[in-house]
Amino acid sequence: MRTPSKANDVAADAGGGPEFPVGDPSAPDPCIQIRDLNAWYGDIHALCDVGFEIGHGEVLALIGPSGCGKTTLLRCLNRLNDAVEDARVTGEVTLDGQNIYSGSVDPVALRARVGMVFQKPNPFPKSIYDNVAYGARIHGLASDRAELDEIVHTSLERVGLLKEVRARLDEPGTDLSGGQQQRLCIARTIAVDPEVILMDEPCSALDPIATAKIEDLIDELSAEYVIVIVTHSMQQAARVSNRVAYMNQGQLVEVGETDRIFTNPLHKLTEDYITGRIG
Amino acid sequence: MDLTSILLLLAGLAVGAFLFGRSRAQALGGGVGAARNLHSLPDYYGYFAALCAVLPPLMVLTLWAAFEERVVLALLANGLPDHLQALSPGQLDLFLNSVRNAASAASVPADPVLAAATDEYLSLGRSSRWLLSGLAVVLGAGGVAAAWRSIHPAFRARNRVETAIRWFLIAASGVAVLTTVGILLAVSFEALRFFRDVSLSEFLFGTTWSPQAAIRDDQIGSAGRFGMLPLLSGTLLIAVIAMAVAIPVGILSAMYTAEYASTRVRALARPVLEILAGIPTVVYGFFAVLMVAPWIRTIGESLGLNVAAESALAAGLVMGFMIVPLVSSLSDEAIRAVPASIREGAEALGATRSEIALDIVLPAAMPGIVGGILLAVSRAIGETMIVVMAAGLAANLSFNPLESVTTVTVQITTLLVGDQEFDSARTLAAFALGLVLFIITMLLNVVGLGYVRRYRERYE
Repeated sequence: MRTPSKANDVAADAGGGPEFPVGDPSAPDPCIQIRDLNAWYGDIHALCDVGFEIGHGEVLALIGPSGCGKTTLLRCLNRLNDAVEDARVTGEVTLDGQNIYSGSVDPVALRARVGMVFQKPNPFPKSIYDNVAYGARIHGLASDRAELDEIVHTSLERVGLLKEVRARLDEPGTDLSGGQQQRLCIARTIAVDPEVILMDEPCSALDPIATAKIEDLIDELSAEYVIVIVTHSMQQAARVSNRVAYMNQGQLVEVGETDRIFTNPLHKLTEDYITGRIG
Repeated sequence: MDLTSILLLLAGLAVGAFLFGRSRAQALGGGVGAARNLHSLPDYYGYFAALCAVLPPLMVLTLWAAFEERVVLALLANGLPDHLQALSPGQLDLFLNSVRNAASAASVPADPVLAAATDEYLSLGRSSRWLLSGLAVVLGAGGVAAAWRSIHPAFRARNRVETAIRWFLIAASGVAVLTTVGILLAVSFEALRFFRDVSLSEFLFGTTWSPQAAIRDDQIGSAGRFGMLPLLSGTLLIAVIAMAVAIPVGILSAMYTAEYASTRVRALARPVLEILAGIPTVVYGFFAVLMVAPWIRTIGESLGLNVAAESALAAGLVMGFMIVPLVSSLSDEAIRAVPASIREGAEALGATRSEIALDIVLPAAMPGIVGGILLAVSRAIGETMIVVMAAGLAANLSFNPLESVTTVTVQITTLLVGDQEFDSARTLAAFALGLVLFIITMLLNVVGLGYVRRYRERYE
């Protein structure tokens, strides 16, 4: 370790230490397995010995105070940190048994399997149609225009956007409202047909009605995709997830079933956070 | 007392008035720290007093500077001996001019009449300065007195000072606008004189440019031809060649520095690219004429082509390289202004670096890039030195890049170099060409800015 981690000190104070995480880090039918994951941005130790599993058919919510490493962890799952100039990642993340950090894995192919939705809706400066078609195009998923049309329509249909934008597929995606833009971004992600969808506070820039729509959508999508969602809203975590991972200062503090975490947190830090004493 | 001393005096007056106004306000407010009783902070009363003291003398000073010479000369002319008064206006002007020359020379002129007039001129000038100084002091003192009378606790000094500052700023921006308007008017009036001799349609649509003007009326071939199409075609040809170099090289280099290069490479590459922009155009000019043009000629002739010694291609190529930094810098800015979130969105979809750059970033940065390109086109059309040196003077109506062509700017230069009569069509043609050039670049800017604005609304 290049710098002494503040997280360790706090953990020691809180009586945690090496036995992190508490709860049940393993999943019965694991899709993603994270082992000894460490991440640095320059000298900042952003993730510290994180290890747990995310199972098939699961919606896992990552919660924790700002700056605790939730987003960093999320970005390690599709290797989005690769392009960050001073970022360094060690450890292992396996997707269906294959380590995504091994040399043989191509990040481009990986990202076709692990999609991501961001905090702020970020549609491309292209038409609605092209926004959704883009991923399918670069991965060569459609052999002709009809197939591409089919992919675009299904994806828009699944996020409930098709009836709202059917007549204006040629208009810029940036002309849509915030909630529509976010659903467009989800449609864009599922058009590539990934296994996992990562969501980084997908509702933080949206109003309550748009948020409700996205949450319903997450519910529907969870039948087909493994979803990892970072959220600041405890209510949202309780509504959409079946498991919760609580992080604090770069460390995974507690993992467990959503109901159990919110009713009977094992760790003092988790309890403090979900009862609003810290964070 | 000369002008510098008067200005120094006014500066001293301003400082004094400031201190006076501030202490007066403090006294009225009930001592230092009693600003609560005043409408404005004491300093504002000081600034107000300083403005009262300085503005009226400054205005008089400005007017004086504008009219002093004329008034002094008129007074001098009235006081001249009768035989000089009887001279024709032209000769009188000549005499007054020699008086002024004698006044600025160190020695006393030999001609006693001229010497007397010079003495008179100098003494008139001296009394004018004394009068001015006196007036400035009186006005300044009057200003201070007026300020003293108006300063009382409820007086809104801050508002007055704010108003004064606003007018000062308006005046500053007015200078820029008025300069533009002034140049435009001057060029337009001269161009109108040109169009009295040459019809507008001949000028705009004529295909022959041969701007001779007869010295004698009976001279053969006296009628010049002022059709600007060959100049426009030459300008266009060279601009197109230049942009064909500058647009791809500029955008691609910006793409590299903004999207691909690491911070360290970027920190090195950008300044080096921008050094290109610091090279004087005359250096590019001889680079074009001594190296590029012969090189193009050699290659062309080895291919069996007929290449002029000074070709549009040489000038256009070199001009293109001159413009690369401009396009590159503006494109780099536009590309870096594309939000990182959009870039990451594409990255998370599995787009490769080049796919992100070409499919996502480039379209998003397009408005800024187009703005940069339009600026570069204006620059290419207005550029003079390279084309003067490398493109030749022959006004050929041709789009063959291997021929020698000439441009609007080159012709303006050649028309005005050397001794000119300022009423011949030949000289006035320069103003007409300047007006056309101005209109073209203005239209480019208006279109470019409109385009950029429309896109900006969409993507913000």
